[in-house]
Amino acid sequence: MDNMARLSSSQCTKVFLQRDFTEGTGVRFQNKFPQELEGKIDRAILERTINTVNSIYLEAESLSGRTYCESCFACMTAYIAYLCMDTHYEKCLKKVARYIEEQNKTVFVQQGLMLVDPAERGLRVFEICILTEQQNR
Amino acid sequence: MNETPYSYSAVSTQSPSKLPEPEEVPSDKMAKKVRRWEVFPGKNKFHCNGRIMMARQTGIFYLTCTLIIVTSGLFFGFDCVYLAQHVTPAIPAIGGALFIFVMATLFRTSFSDPGVIPRASLDEAAELERQMEVPNAGSPGTYRPPPRTKEVVIKGQVVKLKYCFTCKLFRPPRASHCSLCDNCVDRFDHHCPWVGNCVGKRNYRYFYLFILSLSVHCIYIFACVLTNLILRAQQDNFLTAMKESPASIVEAVVCFFSVWSVVGLSGFHTYLATSEVTTNEDIKGSFTARRGADSFNPYSKGSIFKNCSQVLCGPVPPSLLDRRGYVVPDSSQAHHVSGPETQKERESNSVNVRHEYYGSTTVTNQKTGNMGTNTAPDLPPPAVVTTADEMLPAGENVKKREMISYQTPDGTINNKLPPLNGDSQSALVAGN
Repeated sequence: MDNMARLSSSQCTKVFLQRDFTEGTGVRFQNKFPQELEGKIDRAILERTINTVNSIYLEAESLSGRTYCESCFACMTAYIAYLCMDTHYEKCLKKVARYIEEQNKTVFVQQGLMLVDPAERGLRVFEICILTEQQNR
Repeated sequence: MNETPYSYSAVSTQSPSKLPEPEEVPSDKMAKKVRRWEVFPGKNKFHCNGRIMMARQTGIFYLTCTLIIVTSGLFFGFDCVYLAQHVTPAIPAIGGALFIFVMATLFRTSFSDPGVIPRASLDEAAELERQMEVPNAGSPGTYRPPPRTKEVVIKGQVVKLKYCFTCKLFRPPRASHCSLCDNCVDRFDHHCPWVGNCVGKRNYRYFYLFILSLSVHCIYIFACVLTNLILRAQQDNFLTAMKESPASIVEAVVCFFSVWSVVGLSGFHTYLATSEVTTNEDIKGSFTARRGADSFNPYSKGSIFKNCSQVLCGPVPPSLLDRRGYVVPDSSQAHHVSGPETQKERESNSVNVRHEYYGSTTVTNQKTGNMGTNTAPDLPPPAVVTTADEMLPAGENVKKREMISYQTPDGTINNKLPPLNGDSQSALVAGN
């Protein structure tokens, strides 16, 4: 099971979920179910995944007390503190990466799909690869 | 037959041109890692192995640095000595703190990624093109250019998203393409030659704090210089004071002429920050009433304090560029890897590097739209050639050789040029 080889996506069909800007410029992906995935995966599962990812981004982008204190503290150190620590946003992005990897391992690859972390696509799109039969055993 | 559960993408092709025999290609050259900043398609300059990112023209930035450092140096060297003795040693201390803050924010503004949006991968660009062309399929006789804007409603305000031909993406709201840096920048404010970089989402607060602290610093030095001259003049006359402390004159002149522009700019940006408007939007008049009856700023939080907090203390995404990651020398890879893989190897937007080794255009090149800026500028635009899943049969008329990286069943990663055509099948099946 650990033996996941590099899958070349030049053979996959790729489906892209674009950014949803209706709430503003914050990072959020559209949750409409693409037609190409009909029958491959349960709608609810994908929606739940996208919603979870969106909620982590929302948390990253919110101006909470924690972010405020972090920024003020960094300002007082003339922003030298940023050289030493990860910002809250970076921690959230890592959380997204771990979540997507875990979802891929447990749910999606078995169904013949693979999610790509949006951070690897510059937060432009949420990419879903439909693995071909050959790659899917 | 290949018994492994996953097949490998083997593109074993033969270059027609000057490619050396596989045994002659030195393995260290093939394995040499290229960092992503080295193949970055924009016009930026990178220093310190990708840690520092600036615009192409940096002459004025050096002028800025020189002016600040020389003036402050003269201040500490001459005026502070007198003032520390005769007034209070807090004067150089405060001056020192201000100077450090000014330089720190200047360097942060100049050296950081302003919020560049990485260019779309080939697959994304192809998908977008496909979506835009489909509506025109109905009328074969007439040619209508495909729509290059998308409308989106943000909190009741209609915002048009423009398609960027260079970056091959629909720009997010508030993003703009900087022609000097040839990048799309998120929440683009302006390109500032004084700091030698664009000012965008990620470095706007540093820019604002820089001009604010520089105004304070300018006024502070000016005030201290005047104090110095006046105190000296009390013992003698003013002319003697000026002769005793000529550095003060230089500082006074520099500060006097800078303060108008810097303070003016700070005031302007304070207005922009409190109303959550960028310089770009202000110049274009995006939210003024003349555009239409109901034009308002959908990004504003409503109050001056909230807008300011958002701009100065809000969360900032990390750089989306990953300048120091290594380029994966393979065609488009979306790979799912197990534990031992490092983050660096999970790169997307992978490109085929070392074009000069592998001949001409590469297969499914993912160099985000703009090819050949760093390696071989005279290459023709990439032709997207679909690779076959199966190994190419021996007799195929093949185009070029391509380095592949694959993981063997025992987990090791190999970066190799595949053997020539005839042996490709056996080489990979053997699971070397």
